Amino acid sequence: MVIDTLKCVGCSDCVVACQTENDVPIGYCRDWITETVNGAYPTIELELKSERCNHCENAPCVRCCPTGASHKIEGGIVLVTEDECIGCGACIESCPYDARFQHPEGYVDKCTFCHHRLEKGQLPACVEVCPTKCMYFGDLDNPNSEVSRLLKNRKYKTLAPEAGTKPHVYYLI
Amino acid sequence: MQEELFVSGRDLPHIDPSLEIWHWPISLYLFLGGLSAGLLFFAGIITVLGKDKEFPATVKYASIVPPIALTLGLMALVYDLTHPLYTWQLYTTIRLESPMSWGAWVLLITTPLSFLWVFSYYSELFPKWQLKFEFLKNLENFLIKNRRNMAIALIPLSIILGVYTGILLSAFNARPLWNNAILGPLFLTSGLSTGAATIILMAKSTHERHLFSKVDLALIIIELGLIVHMIMGMYAGSEVQLEAMQLLVGGEFTVMFFGFVIILGLIVPAMFELVEILGFKVPVAVPAILILIGGLVFRFVMVEAGQITRYLY
Repeated sequence: MVIDTLKCVGCSDCVVACQTENDVPIGYCRDWITETVNGAYPTIELELKSERCNHCENAPCVRCCPTGASHKIEGGIVLVTEDECIGCGACIESCPYDARFQHPEGYVDKCTFCHHRLEKGQLPACVEVCPTKCMYFGDLDNPNSEVSRLLKNRKYKTLAPEAGTKPHVYYLI
Repeated sequence: MQEELFVSGRDLPHIDPSLEIWHWPISLYLFLGGLSAGLLFFAGIITVLGKDKEFPATVKYASIVPPIALTLGLMALVYDLTHPLYTWQLYTTIRLESPMSWGAWVLLITTPLSFLWVFSYYSELFPKWQLKFEFLKNLENFLIKNRRNMAIALIPLSIILGVYTGILLSAFNARPLWNNAILGPLFLTSGLSTGAATIILMAKSTHERHLFSKVDLALIIIELGLIVHMIMGMYAGSEVQLEAMQLLVGGEFTVMFFGFVIILGLIVPAMFELVEILGFKVPVAVPAILILIGGLVFRFVMVEAGQITRYLY
């Protein structure tokens, strides 16, 4: 997933769309908006971005899960199998992005990149609803996909790359 | 200058504003697990060396503690799970890269073994209550014959159990305070030290008490060395590790860490033990209890402080 921080206006539509699409219990969220202010007045810079699970290549949550409930499927999406999860919290402790939470029913929940929608050929709900079209979703292994071309032509960053997780959500800057 | 605000109100209970997924049961388990590991290790090694008649408290009286402590610890662990009905899923797979997985397997073997170990001393521990059933008597005789074999198994198992309590935390690269390789040996040493302290409390003969005072003194010195290594390693580390160390050195956990763990939990009991080894009479319960409290506080400090530390981006 590629997110253009220059186009994001921080409207939180992606957050609401996700909560509606995935029946996220009230008071929880799988994605969220951060507003970062850099610099000191009068030279300040504002960065808005939508954050979620980074579906890391070297996912510490998958490594630390004692039962294998956290797993990676073909294509690199990290998912949690609800009835294998014991709710120990190891994956939550291991995530540098704090992207996971304990669902009130006990198991651990997080962004799935709307896996159920992808199977039907649809885009993730957050990407679909974004009013400024600042989010792009696609196959990074395909050099001709829109996401690959954006990363080729634009400057980008990932979150906390020093944690060694190789995150797969890219932010255009 | 940088300022970060969550505008969509990332309302994730127990995660924002600071992570609180692991509560007191985890700290309690880490303490009880380490204590049991220490006691089982000493019972195992004394038996393998053939000195079990010479040190009755180590092999016999103190071995009542591990089965109780491990049972309480396991109950605490399950209590802290939010999906506890699926606990059996732990035993459907072995995942070597997840310390919690192999820790669960080691506990599955060690806990029953600690019960069997105590049971092999049943008649000596409780001479007034004779075993009523024939098969229990047979089991006890069988266990008495195999005591040495159990001891041989207990030594590696208890070491793994002791190291596991530390590795459990250090496997999480997202929590900079935990993510250092010294935590495994440090928790093992602390566990052995609390085990030795329990034996000192329960020992009746001066000979046994003196030996374990010496052992404990050595362990405390090693532990202090490892703590210095941990702090030095963090100070030489990246920014997140420096920030993590600030919590222990000059931050909100400084009083607990230096006051209760290092001074009252390690240095003061070490002095008491030194004075006792030199032949003076001191109430041995004082250093032993201080060590036990220090060990418990150490687990609480590490679990609570570790969860505050994180990567900022």
